[in-house]
Amino acid sequence: MIATDLYQRDRTWHPPALTPDYKTSVARAPRLPLLSLQTSASELTGPTFGHTDIAALDNDLIRNYAHGGDPIGERIIVHGRVLDENARPVPNTLVEIWQANAGGRYRHKKDSYLAPIDPNFGGCGRTLTDANGFYSFRTVKPGAYPWRNWVNNWRPAHIHVSVFGTAFAQRLITQMYFEGDPLIAKCPIVQTIPDPRAIDQLVAALDMNASVPLDAIAYKFDIVLRGTRSTYFENRPEGN
Amino acid sequence: MAQPLSYLKESPSQTAGPYVHIGLAPGDAGFDIYATELGRDIAGPNAAGARITVTGTVTDGTGAPVKDVLIEVWQANAAGIYPGTGPDAAKVEQGFRGWGRVVPDFDTGQFRFNTVKPGPVMGRNARPMAPHLNLWLVARGLNIGLNTRMYFGDEPAANAADPVLNLIEQAHRRATLIARAEGSTYHFDICLQGDAETVFFDV
Repeated sequence: MIATDLYQRDRTWHPPALTPDYKTSVARAPRLPLLSLQTSASELTGPTFGHTDIAALDNDLIRNYAHGGDPIGERIIVHGRVLDENARPVPNTLVEIWQANAGGRYRHKKDSYLAPIDPNFGGCGRTLTDANGFYSFRTVKPGAYPWRNWVNNWRPAHIHVSVFGTAFAQRLITQMYFEGDPLIAKCPIVQTIPDPRAIDQLVAALDMNASVPLDAIAYKFDIVLRGTRSTYFENRPEGN
Repeated sequence: MAQPLSYLKESPSQTAGPYVHIGLAPGDAGFDIYATELGRDIAGPNAAGARITVTGTVTDGTGAPVKDVLIEVWQANAAGIYPGTGPDAAKVEQGFRGWGRVVPDFDTGQFRFNTVKPGPVMGRNARPMAPHLNLWLVARGLNIGLNTRMYFGDEPAANAADPVLNLIEQAHRRATLIARAEGSTYHFDICLQGDAETVFFDV
C-alpha cells in the first residue's frame, strides 16, 4: 500500500536542530534551512519486517541476554500502541528499544561510566506491533546516568525507541521517560523540545492495570507517527 | 469556538544519543545478542543491476568526522521499484530489502556499504527522478533525523533533469548530493554544517 501523502511534520513541535544547551547540537546542526519536498515514492514507501526477522525472546530484555541468571533491577513491562495522527493503529511495524541497565551503564564499548555492567543484561529489544498496533516489552527500569554536557548533567531514566511505520518519511527515533522523574525538567536533551505538551507525550504513565502482581510493574507508552492524508480532490482516475 | 480537530500529534523526536548501536547495531556496540542483525544486507543475493560500493565520511561544523553516526539507506532496485510497502513491491527480487544500516569505523569515521545501483523512480507529475539513495542520519547531537539523498556522479544527464535537485535554488549546492564515481565505487561525504553543508530535506 502506498500512502497518498503524509501530513506535514510539525517542526515547531519537534526539537529544532540547534539547541545550544545540548552542546553537541551546536556543531552538528545544519545552518541552512531544510528543503521541503512534496513526497514521492522515495518517501512514501518503506521497508517491511516479518516474524522471520526476529526471535521469540527479542522483546524480553530480562531473558534475551541472561547468562545463567536474571538481571538486577526493577522488573517492568513497557507496552502501548503505535498509532498515526488519525488515531489509526499501525500494525506489523518494527519497534526497537535500547537502554542502560539499572545502574545507568550501557553495554557499549564506548561507555566508561563507573557503574558496573550487568552480566545478565544486554539492553536492547525489538518487536513487531500486532494487527491492532499493540506492542510490549519486558525489561528492567534503567537508571539515570551522568553525561558530559554541563559538568553535572544527568539524563533522566529513559528508553530509546525506534519506529518505522509504512513510509520512510515516518521514520522516528525518540526517547521514553518515566512518570514522576524529577530529572526530566532538568535535562537539556528533553528541554530541546519547545512545547511542554510535547514533552508530556514522551512520559510513560505508570499503568497498574497492566502490572503483573508480585512480578512486574507496567508503564504505558503510546507512539504516534505521521498521519496519512486522504486526498478528496486530486486528478486521479481511481478516486479516493 | 470551532469544533475541535481531533488529530493526534506526532511523538516528538529525540536524539538517538551516543549508544544508538546498542539498539540498532549491537555487534558494533561490542556484543552479540540477536540471531540476525537487521540492515546488514541491502540488496540481497538475487538483485539485478550493477554491484556498487559507497564510501564517505560525515563531518561536523568543525570539520571533524562524526564517528557515532548511524545512517539508514532506502532505495529502489535496478528497475526503479521500491520493495517493502511500495505498490509494485511484489515485482522486486526475492531478498532485496532496499534498506540498510551503516555504521562508520569508530576510529576514522569512514563508512562503507555495498548495494546495487538503483534505477530511476517516477516522481510527482510523471517526472522521473534520477537514480538516488535516500539516506537518514541519526546521531548524538542530532535532535531529529536528517534526510538527504545521494545521487550518482556518472548520471549527469539524469541528474540535470531531476525534479528534486532542480528545487535547490542555489545551483552550486546540488553538487553536495552527487557522489563522485570511481569505477563501481562512489565517494559521498556528508557535511552537517558549514561552507560545504549538504542539502537536507524536510520530507
